[in-house]
Amino acid sequence: MFHYLIRRLMVMVPTLLVISVLVFVIIQLPEGDYLSSYIAELEAQGEKLSREKVDFLRQQYGLDRSPVEQYLVWLGGMLRGDFGYSFEYNLPVSEVVGDRLFLSFLLSFATILFTWAVAFPIGVYSATHQYSWTDHGLTFIGFLGLATPNFLLALVLLYFANVVFGTSIGGLMDPEFIGEPMSWAKFFSVLEHLWIPVIVIGTSGTAGMIRRLRANLLDELQRQYVVTARAKGLPRFRLLMKYPLRMALNPFIADIGNLLPQVVSGAAIVSVVLSLPTTGPMLLAALQSQDMYLAGSFLMFLSLLTVVGMFLSDLALAALDPRIRLTGGTRR
Amino acid sequence: MSNGADRSASLEHYVSSQPFDPYSIETLTPDQERIYFASQWRMMWWRFKRHNLALASAAVLGLLYLSIAASEVLAPYNLHSRDAEHIYAPPQRIHLFHEGEFVGPFVYGYSYRLNMENLRREYSEDLGWVQPLRFFCSGDGYSFWGLVAGSFHLLCPAPDGTFFPLGTDRLGRDILSRIIYGARISLTVGLIGILISFALGITLGGLAGYYGGWVDGVVQRLIEIIRSFPELPLWMALSAALPVTWSPVGVFLGITVILGLVDWTGLGRAVRSKLLALREEDYCTAAVLMGARPRRVIFRHLMPNFMSHLIASATLSIPSMILGETALSFLGLGLRPPVTSWGVLLTEAQNINVVALYPWLMLPVVPVIVVVLAFNFLGDGLRDAADPYAGH
Repeated sequence: MFHYLIRRLMVMVPTLLVISVLVFVIIQLPEGDYLSSYIAELEAQGEKLSREKVDFLRQQYGLDRSPVEQYLVWLGGMLRGDFGYSFEYNLPVSEVVGDRLFLSFLLSFATILFTWAVAFPIGVYSATHQYSWTDHGLTFIGFLGLATPNFLLALVLLYFANVVFGTSIGGLMDPEFIGEPMSWAKFFSVLEHLWIPVIVIGTSGTAGMIRRLRANLLDELQRQYVVTARAKGLPRFRLLMKYPLRMALNPFIADIGNLLPQVVSGAAIVSVVLSLPTTGPMLLAALQSQDMYLAGSFLMFLSLLTVVGMFLSDLALAALDPRIRLTGGTRR
Repeated sequence: MSNGADRSASLEHYVSSQPFDPYSIETLTPDQERIYFASQWRMMWWRFKRHNLALASAAVLGLLYLSIAASEVLAPYNLHSRDAEHIYAPPQRIHLFHEGEFVGPFVYGYSYRLNMENLRREYSEDLGWVQPLRFFCSGDGYSFWGLVAGSFHLLCPAPDGTFFPLGTDRLGRDILSRIIYGARISLTVGLIGILISFALGITLGGLAGYYGGWVDGVVQRLIEIIRSFPELPLWMALSAALPVTWSPVGVFLGITVILGLVDWTGLGRAVRSKLLALREEDYCTAAVLMGARPRRVIFRHLMPNFMSHLIASATLSIPSMILGETALSFLGLGLRPPVTSWGVLLTEAQNINVVALYPWLMLPVVPVIVVVLAFNFLGDGLRDAADPYAGH
């Protein structure tokens, strides 16, 4: 297990390095940079910037150096916890980002818990009651969740929550808690607001999860050991819990690798619609205004979230399935 | 012994006068022949036919794709025609009977009132104003595929009337017509995107699976890295990088390329694992020994083995592209008007007021859901049919 852990960690480092290069290339792709659009904006307002000032700003932000140098500075800074400078906000990125990263993390985590909590019983039920009306119905609802664009579902739920509960559900906490330090009251307020985005983002992943669990469990239920155990008089439910379910559970955990990028993607767009104080809306704004370090840090963080999530799911899988930790093969 | 000889002597020796046919037992009846000599694709079709839902989905998708060819004729209005007198008009119901009398399909005209208290436009049916629909008629002018001018429509409103079965938007444009036109873009985004992702997946996955070794290692890492990016933020970042100076069509192509570039990893993986298993087969070695080049071995001998699987999984990944385009356009990073896709139409439904006041602006989501569901079911059916020799 220890060796497996070390090897898995070693793979993560180059992956993250390549990701950082890709992120940097992507945020450099748009023509021009923030400064040139800033200058153009100032000139449009009738202000004139002297050549020296422009050069000074350029030097200040490190835009006069070669891209490779800029990348190395950015990477070195990130390792020290310095994520660069946000042009738009005139603040270090780490201060702008604030607890957005934490809230993003919380949202993703809650969504995955929700997906599991919903998909697990439904998947088991569908498999044990194959081709029943409930099976068809639940599968159909799952598909519907998959097919409905997240943002629209968010909008509709937002409206109905407003009508039914009479509360404004937008945002991730009641307005009076914004900017407040963390407290129990704030925590509960967050919980109160969390359920809409969690449901909305969860719907898209749940269908796939249900179908995979159902398929896996159906395979297991046809095995001979199930027949044997039944023949020996083991109660149906006990048997299900003890053997086939455990076998069908592995892919469930391995699936977090597929689920996580999906959840993070979903969170990005739903947050824009619901104006949640997570990374999504700020990433969008940063991308549109070419605030490259801010956008880069967000992209980097979201990728980090998925890479670490996959790492954790691999660990859990290895702990559960001896074949993986002994042969050392990565899954699939 | 003598007993036996006696018995044989008592039997008459029978010889058939018919000419001898050594294959008489093995001859197949035409019915059997049809089954035993069926090609792989024919068997897949038989199996696919049994999947009713998939068959229906294929029909729906087929009709939708056919509609692309004649959007101008099918839509009652032109894509850009505005009716300034009917802004945010609610959907008109189609009736058949007026005061108990059969008139054929018609709509009642709108009676319009501006509510001075909250400045809302209030429309109601004017029950005295019957507007029969016209069929195969001449209506809004258009330029068919941008080439031929015409004005022939399948369905038009009455001469001075309106026909907005799905309502109008903030500029008084007919939503049904815009949805019909939007299909052109939304449905092709998925197809072009999947072509790109298919080409990339087959090439890179094929290289990795056929050569193995370090090529495999590099491709595997690449797939892992791309997969660990959350799709949507990556799409967002890439499409934010498209120059603003590009024409709308350029942006459209750019977006499809971006969708394809990010999406090929699943197919690449499938191709790789299949090839890894198949390249050890004897017929593959035989082909190599006979001097076939890798390209020939991969495409002539190995690929046909799992082409059907690939088509099935490609079908299953079209929906994510369609949804991706919708999401990007909704965020304002995707297609821009005047290019009209379902995603662009949904940008109109961006805030909660729309849900409360003009819920029909959300209707473009219906075709999105239908198409995504249909592709999913079709893909399921294709996947089941992909391996006709297994089971049953």
